Amino acid sequence: MSQKTFGNAINDALSTAMDMDDTVFIAGEGVGVSIHHDPNMPTYGLLDKFGRRRVKDTPVSEAAIAGLAVGASCMGLRPVVEIMFFPFITLASDMLVNHAGKLRYMSGGKSSFPLTVRVKAGVGFGAGSQHSHNLEAWIAHSPGLKIVWPSTVEDAKGLLLSAIFDPDPVIVVEDMMLYRMKGECPDADIRTPLGKARVAAPGTDCTVIAYGLALYTAMKAIEPLIEKGISCEVIDLRSLVPLDKTCILESVRKTGRLVVVHEANRFCGFGAELAAMVAEEAFYDLKGPVKRVGAPQIPVPVASSLEKVFIPGPEDVVRAVLETMGK
Amino acid sequence: MKEKQLTSDFQVRLFTRMVLIRTFEEKIVALCRESYQLPGMQILANGQEAVATGVVSALEPDDIIVSNHRSHGHLLARGADLNSLMAEIMAKADGVNHGKAGTLHLSVPEINAPMTSTVVGAGPPLAVGAAFAQQYQALNGVTVVFFGDGAAAEGSVHEAMNLSGIWKLPILFVCENNGWAGAQRFEEHSAARQIHKRAQGYDMPGQSVDGNDVEAVYHLSLELLEHCRSGKGPAFMETMTYRMRGHGEQDHQHYVNPEELEAWALKCPIIRYRRALLNAGILDKNKIQRIEQDAEARVAAAVAFGDASPYPESDTAMTDVFVQAFNS
Ligand SMILES: Cc1ncc(C[n+]2csc(CCOP(=O)(O)OP(=O)(O)O)c2C)c(N)n1
Repeated sequence: MSQKTFGNAINDALSTAMDMDDTVFIAGEGVGVSIHHDPNMPTYGLLDKFGRRRVKDTPVSEAAIAGLAVGASCMGLRPVVEIMFFPFITLASDMLVNHAGKLRYMSGGKSSFPLTVRVKAGVGFGAGSQHSHNLEAWIAHSPGLKIVWPSTVEDAKGLLLSAIFDPDPVIVVEDMMLYRMKGECPDADIRTPLGKARVAAPGTDCTVIAYGLALYTAMKAIEPLIEKGISCEVIDLRSLVPLDKTCILESVRKTGRLVVVHEANRFCGFGAELAAMVAEEAFYDLKGPVKRVGAPQIPVPVASSLEKVFIPGPEDVVRAVLETMGK
Repeated sequence: MKEKQLTSDFQVRLFTRMVLIRTFEEKIVALCRESYQLPGMQILANGQEAVATGVVSALEPDDIIVSNHRSHGHLLARGADLNSLMAEIMAKADGVNHGKAGTLHLSVPEINAPMTSTVVGAGPPLAVGAAFAQQYQALNGVTVVFFGDGAAAEGSVHEAMNLSGIWKLPILFVCENNGWAGAQRFEEHSAARQIHKRAQGYDMPGQSVDGNDVEAVYHLSLELLEHCRSGKGPAFMETMTYRMRGHGEQDHQHYVNPEELEAWALKCPIIRYRRALLNAGILDKNKIQRIEQDAEARVAAAVAFGDASPYPESDTAMTDVFVQAFNS
């Protein structure tokens, strides 16, 4: 165990995987030489350590980067490619959605695509609509793609290592706002299993599900609720696909209530899937309406006074919990 | 019609525009240094003033500009209002886009710059649409799209060149080759050593020009714009210039050879042109000083305007998604 930043933990995972397995290589815009000369950045120092054969700076070519990953993974390599900002995954989406997600199925299970796409996400740095846009629901909606989203330093390492050595295409979303956050992280090769949620805080009255940065929004909401005598069970989802239904349903059956929190637009967001799943599978255990906390249906604006309207805060979570409690 | 023979008045105007752009961006540098709260990444085109000024000065009022994340110069050369531009960069309510765009996606329809994208390589396909509308409606204008050498790697740029080549759309593709795409130098990210040579493959003229020579850029722009206006279809111009600052003000260019920077500093388009105009007796020290002071004063007024403007009211976050308000 040692203290690491979230960014260091990702770096550690990449380095561990590359040390262990020569088929692992990384590629992307500035993964070798970056404008960020900062040890907290995920790929810092890897070019020096592993050289140009395995650390590939690419042109600004998202379709080619994703295609590189699809083709190379089919040939037995384990590509870990980076998409610089989440909205730019749209440029890579043909390769990911129509190819990475479908070709295994289309080959009757004969071809495999063990690729990993690291995507940098983040709302709240004033860069605006085309740099900040959480599109996890798009990915989750596309069959054949897995998607995970760490919120702790340990999971930043453990989920990435699991993704890299998973036999299927996995999208790993990294909240840029977390890169400098410190936490405990084992130095060894650790694996956080894909498809296993984590109970971040136990509770009895209401289940709150979140992932990534939104987990901290949820955690901030539980204190004021405790003061009101309401005990929330917070679940850190970690993995959207595959989804840990068991953990969610067990919790909802215990508490009888569900609030989902994410920073993506609420409308057709991933929370809608969770709400629907719980309505289908645990309807008779519910004591109140399922509530979703997410962003309004607008692009992300630049001005901080407007950005605040976009990003859900702890007060929104508190309100949602009170509503589902009938208070 | 634009003059091919430059009057001294016009030359002074070219110089004045470049000075204004430099002064405006230097002010942004200063604001970042003073840890002033400017949101987002401040990506400046210091050193590239001659491209913006040379190209835009060759345009007619109806021509459309499609710009990218490095748009200050393009928009200022076109006569965008300094105050509302600076206010937008500060994300204020009186900003040209009411605090929704910020520095990276300034759109100024008032000066025929209705679309700006920070998605690298997105400009050219947008320009295809604009130029198609011009052709379809038999309008006189040409669409000029600015993009970087890095952007030229995106498939969208090739697709836009091909489609406009087939349909003979009135587009001038302006590739600002400033030597860098983020921290990747040109040779590392482009297989083609001369991007303008690709134009041939898409059936359009393609030429390169010294992008730090404002008059050369102006003259080549006129020539290529004439081609576009005459119905012969698109044209491609590669301007050879240099990015003097980092990719954003937090980037301290650790990956840049300082000697290379120094060499390019000597080729500064403004210093070069100032020297030429001094030698030709078109400008003297006093006039230059007045031009610089005027630029300083206008930029200072713009900062004061931005400072005085409030941050946008939070309810305006919900407006402008659709023409008609919609609740969800
Ligand atoms: C599709 C897309 N990918 C990545 C980025 C991040 N990005 C912004 S500017 C830039 C470099 C662009 O280089 P170039 O086109 O040469 O323009 P320059 O910045 O040099 O003017 C990159 C990679 C982006 N904005 N859009």
